[in-house]
Amino acid sequence: MTTLPAPAAPAGRRSARSRQSAAGPLFVAPFMLLFVLLFLAPLGYAAYLSLFQHKLIGGTSFVGLDNYTKALQDPQFLHGVLRVVLFFLIQVPVMLLLALLFALALDSGLLRLAKVVRLGIFVPYAVPSIVATLMWGYLYGPDFGPFAQFSRHFQLPQPHFLSSSWMLGSLANIVTWEFVGYNMIILYAALRTIPGDLYEAASVDGAGAWRTAWSIKLPALRPALTMCLLFSIIGSFQLFNEPKLLQAIAPSVIDSGYTATLYGYSLAFTGQQVNYAATVSFLLGLVIVIVSYTFLLTANRRRTP
Amino acid sequence: MSRSSFPSPVSRRSFLAAAGAVSLGAALAACGSGTSSGSSSAAKTVSQSDIDKAMATPTTITFWTWAPNIQDEVALFQKKYPAIKVNVVNAGQGAAQYTKLRTALQAGTGAPDVCQIEYQYIPTFTITDSLVDLRPYGASALQGKFVDWVWGQVSGANGEVWAIPQDTGPMGLLYRKDIFDQHGIQVPTTWDEFATAARKLHAADPNVYLTNMAANEPAGWQGLMWQAGAYPYVMAGKSSIAVNTDDAASQKVAAYWGALAKAGVISTDPDFTDDWYAGFNKGKYATWITAAWGPAFLSGSAAATTGKWRAAPLPQWDPAKPSSGNWGGSTSAVIKGTGHAIAAAMFAQFLNSDPQSAAMLASKQSFFPATKALLADPAFAGQTPAFYGGQKVNQVFADISGTVDPKFDWPPFLDQVVTDWTETVGKSLADRTDSVAALAQWQSRITTYAKGQGFTVQGS
Repeated sequence: MTTLPAPAAPAGRRSARSRQSAAGPLFVAPFMLLFVLLFLAPLGYAAYLSLFQHKLIGGTSFVGLDNYTKALQDPQFLHGVLRVVLFFLIQVPVMLLLALLFALALDSGLLRLAKVVRLGIFVPYAVPSIVATLMWGYLYGPDFGPFAQFSRHFQLPQPHFLSSSWMLGSLANIVTWEFVGYNMIILYAALRTIPGDLYEAASVDGAGAWRTAWSIKLPALRPALTMCLLFSIIGSFQLFNEPKLLQAIAPSVIDSGYTATLYGYSLAFTGQQVNYAATVSFLLGLVIVIVSYTFLLTANRRRTP
Repeated sequence: MSRSSFPSPVSRRSFLAAAGAVSLGAALAACGSGTSSGSSSAAKTVSQSDIDKAMATPTTITFWTWAPNIQDEVALFQKKYPAIKVNVVNAGQGAAQYTKLRTALQAGTGAPDVCQIEYQYIPTFTITDSLVDLRPYGASALQGKFVDWVWGQVSGANGEVWAIPQDTGPMGLLYRKDIFDQHGIQVPTTWDEFATAARKLHAADPNVYLTNMAANEPAGWQGLMWQAGAYPYVMAGKSSIAVNTDDAASQKVAAYWGALAKAGVISTDPDFTDDWYAGFNKGKYATWITAAWGPAFLSGSAAATTGKWRAAPLPQWDPAKPSSGNWGGSTSAVIKGTGHAIAAAMFAQFLNSDPQSAAMLASKQSFFPATKALLADPAFAGQTPAFYGGQKVNQVFADISGTVDPKFDWPPFLDQVVTDWTETVGKSLADRTDSVAALAQWQSRITTYAKGQGFTVQGS
């Protein structure tokens, strides 16, 4: 009797372990199933589609990598990509700087009505981007929008928000308005995790508010800032909702290839060139992966020393 | 915020990006299955007994339309054929609905039995062999009921009847009588007079433009090409098309509007936007070059200007030969693959040609009629809406309808053509650059696209 439990225990442990090893895949299975069905399968299908060409007359034929060589020489696609790069270079620094300022101001504890301010800055993020763009589209109205009416009333030069030279800035303004609050919350949350003894040590050393911000808060924010930048890279390259909606009120400024995603959409739904649209989407995805990965590599390398 | 947590959003987001992009592709994927064989199978008439039998068999058909409150007309049909139930679905307006329709057609499931399709989109759906020829179901007998040019719009090259006309949009001019009177402007009967009036009015009041030529409105523009006698798209067989968007008649139109836009005496604001509606209400535009559905539309959109508007025919190129084009209007088409072709065809015909239903479309939906009887009906043509100071506006447009050229045709890839217009000709109007040169760009873009789609392209 006394000897019985001894061999039983390892056996039980072994079966528990095997049960555990069976449970692992089982727990992952639902995710993997959806992942394969909803991500990998469409991705593979798009890759497959991008190797064909469909014509209204003549049907579908296999063309190998022809679509890719065509896309790499397609001025509309390349301009679309370059435009979002320019957009990224202008808009993201402005947005993150604003987010950083607001986060530092909130964290400083010197602000009155901090909760109201925090909510006020965050609320635009809760507004769907479609609604936000429709609203800004109305505000931008060249004749009867409030800015136009205001400047006309005071005999000021009229703003041309929807002209070709202003458009990228007008789009950047909408996107900044939408996402400053989101980035601010991320940065603010990161600031709240800084242990209080660091501040105490700083004040013992005689550091003022600015010195504390520069030497303690900013370094601590680095991971959060990296993440915000990464999201911004991806978001910028996928710029779609805002230009798509403003197209209705500025049709001769925002053409079908204004941004790369807009171009893919136009190819699929205007030109019925599904295969070429898949190619363009794939290439855009590739650009995003390369840019994001390069960014992460450089960001990580700088942090190691 | 550990370092290892960063790569995960990358891969997930980029997958999302790609997957999102793909899903557009996947939606339209099954292109390979689209039949590309010739469509002209001999039309075999369905016998009356077959029709009677089908109409007495309990059936449900689906009808896609964006016409508001069309259940009233549908009820008339269901009263006559109690066995048939019509399921009315609003699948979006215009382009939004066509995208859904194409997706359903390519998926092979989910397409409606009957679908609202605008005249200009009929070739876009016949090229993919997606519409049912309605001749076997007695549609040919309806020809005499409809206005000739309208019937031409739904007729195929080999005499097929691809759809039943529902409403039309022959083009005319709505103008502000008060502004005209104030500045001593006569209603222009020729385009030359119109141009003179445009310069005079804008010089007298810089805040007012004689008209707005919307830089995003290829449909209206093509109506004006139609009026000028252009035949921009001529199909020869199924795979050959002549693209003449840069011919003499089209150049005349482009040179005319290009000059007015360059001089800044007309505006080129995009239409159907907040600013555009405000422009009508606040008197920025003294006329609207529009279609027969325009009067009802405007009275609902510019209530502030009640009583100030009047209607007239379009100014003419040659006053001795008055002509007009068409802008807008819809049909009911039966979609290939329907399991209830007879019921669907009978519904499409009843809805638009039954006198009571057609009259209701005109009175309830304010649709401008496609039938001769209704256009001649004093109850319709004799109406005197207060918005137009009691003028018989319907009569004006009914008369215009008789001057529309029946030979105008549409290309089998309209979406591409109209997008290209906005990016070439429309852009030239808005930017005040050379509109005639833009016409050549338009032509070359269409040609490139058509060739890329396997068409043989004739013409320049």
